[in-house]
Amino acid sequence: MEHKNSSGFSIWFRQNTGFAVIVALFSVVYFLYHMAHPKGFSSQVLIQNSNEVFALATLAMAQTVPVLMGGLDLSVGAVMTLVDCLASHVLEGTGWSLFWGILLCLAAGTLAGLFNGIIVVYGRIQPIIATLATGAIYMGLALFLRPIPGGKINEDVNWAMTNALADFAETVGIFDDGKAAWFQPIAGIPSALVLLILVALIIWVPFRRSVTGRTVYAIGSSEGAAFMSGLNIQRGKLAAFTLAGLFAGIGGIFMAIQTSSGNADIPMAGGYTLSSIASVVIGGTSLLGGTGGAIGSIFGTLILKVISFNFRVFDIAPLLQPLFEGLVLLAAVSLGALSILRVKNQLELFR
Amino acid sequence: MTQSPLSFSRLSRDDKPIAIAALFIIVILIAGTVYTLSRFGSAPLLSPGYLIQQLQIGSFLGIVAAGMMLVILISQIDLSVPWTLAAGAMMATAVGGPWALPVALLVGILVGLVNGFGVAVLRIPSMIFTLGVNAVMRGLMVAQTGGFAPQTKATELMRFLAAERTFGIPHAIFVWIAISIAIAILLKKTAFGRAIYAIGNKEAAAYLSGVPTKRVLFIAFILCSTLSSFAGLLLAGYSTKAYQGMGDAYVLPAIAAVVIGGTNILGGRGRYLGTVVGVILIVLLNSVLSIMEMPEAGRQIIYGSVIIAMLLVYGRGDKVTS
Repeated sequence: MEHKNSSGFSIWFRQNTGFAVIVALFSVVYFLYHMAHPKGFSSQVLIQNSNEVFALATLAMAQTVPVLMGGLDLSVGAVMTLVDCLASHVLEGTGWSLFWGILLCLAAGTLAGLFNGIIVVYGRIQPIIATLATGAIYMGLALFLRPIPGGKINEDVNWAMTNALADFAETVGIFDDGKAAWFQPIAGIPSALVLLILVALIIWVPFRRSVTGRTVYAIGSSEGAAFMSGLNIQRGKLAAFTLAGLFAGIGGIFMAIQTSSGNADIPMAGGYTLSSIASVVIGGTSLLGGTGGAIGSIFGTLILKVISFNFRVFDIAPLLQPLFEGLVLLAAVSLGALSILRVKNQLELFR
Repeated sequence: MTQSPLSFSRLSRDDKPIAIAALFIIVILIAGTVYTLSRFGSAPLLSPGYLIQQLQIGSFLGIVAAGMMLVILISQIDLSVPWTLAAGAMMATAVGGPWALPVALLVGILVGLVNGFGVAVLRIPSMIFTLGVNAVMRGLMVAQTGGFAPQTKATELMRFLAAERTFGIPHAIFVWIAISIAIAILLKKTAFGRAIYAIGNKEAAAYLSGVPTKRVLFIAFILCSTLSSFAGLLLAGYSTKAYQGMGDAYVLPAIAAVVIGGTNILGGRGRYLGTVVGVILIVLLNSVLSIMEMPEAGRQIIYGSVIIAMLLVYGRGDKVTS
């Protein structure tokens, strides 16, 4: 009876409590950050934060898709690094040359993801170990492209993408060079933030609603049941890894644009991969698969990042920062596990 | 039907990977020797001195991989290895004197207890919980050393265990052999070993059969962490000091060695001998590639390709059809 009377929102809330808690937590902590920051609530701070968040946020989205189908992709950091190094070679030009360069980078990321999928689906190797190996291969290719850090990116692109929408409009020459009256209210929004939202809306949301997207969720819940329901398992798995490659590629392009160079740093790539897993878990996606989503992972990244933002403004000794980051990660995953205390039947624990 | 000379088909499912990996070790040695003969006119790869030195380097990875295998067999994973290893080394050199060894082991036991608590009691996936523990250990060590390379030196005992030799054979190899025998007996002959395989196959079934699953999970994680911190102590003895990030190069090769040796990454299946063979394969592959002066790019590509190729031969899973 109660269910019948509850509104749409309360149903949504019951189904997405974890997600709502994360969004609320982030909002509160981020608000405190701006309060404490000397230049708080300014476009400048928002731009800086967005630029720092973008690469990991796309990588977290990339990691989400294989995790949803009950797998894991240990190569996302390597794919991002590979595309970063490729971009530092091909994004120097303007106009069509730039366009083809970006397309090439996107294709490279997507292909790397597809290759992962092919090995997992047709080679029938466990995702975790298959992507561990392909990750080494992608790192090798990245090192081949950039044995030492370097390269160059079109400066206009760098300027337009790592600043506010106003700067973007001025560089591209639209909306009266960004001075149109109607444009002013949104002129201060960071380009990176807009791009991140667009990536989520244009790629993730339609995918989640497609049959293939729902197949990915179904595989994560129960691969056998998904197979018996006539879903195309192979296509779902291939799509999951390919999409991960595409997201990681977008992250790599942005990283190259942001740093104006390519850098094949193996420890950095590994660190990004591990942080992407942490983001996914904090964002409410189960490592067992089947529940969660990429939007949650973005907020997972935001939480991870906002903590280190706060270290800067609250003057915590730099030496203690890694310890705090670790403790926050442990606390975040442990809080999610507290529901275990309500389980009465021990057998329910072994899923 | 032609029968292959070694007739792999007659081998059991767990022995086949070990045989193929061993065969591949010989291929690596031959290929490396052909290269050095044609390039330098000598065959250093086949000299006992060189092989013993490689085994000495391999013994650190071997000890880490032994612990990792226990955890993989119960279908978990331990990503806290890098900083457990570093913490073991750093605390041992910092304390120094006769207490170095007990302190290193204590570090391992404590980390293992925390990991075991997260995985066995809180039921958090080990992949993420041990990742968090790794971050915390890193934070503790950074705070402890002040962010600089530790200035302390390895003790006499650590030098003795890791670097010194008897009859020309480094003690590190004896240590690895002793640990290997202990783990092999543990897995094969004890109830604890059976319980590990049982949990890896189906934890719920093991629980219902009366296996104390929580306790086994705890012990497996404690053993893994203790072996890691002990390997850190040895590594510090070998290189005379502890340093930041000394464990970073160990976790992924350890997982790769375990899997190449035929242990199922999902747990429940695999022989300890395979892990030893996997460690030797990875160490030799690395050293041959460095003899060939292969740039890092080529090394990474070959390293990844070898793992995929080996798994395509024998590591393929079953198709899910129900």
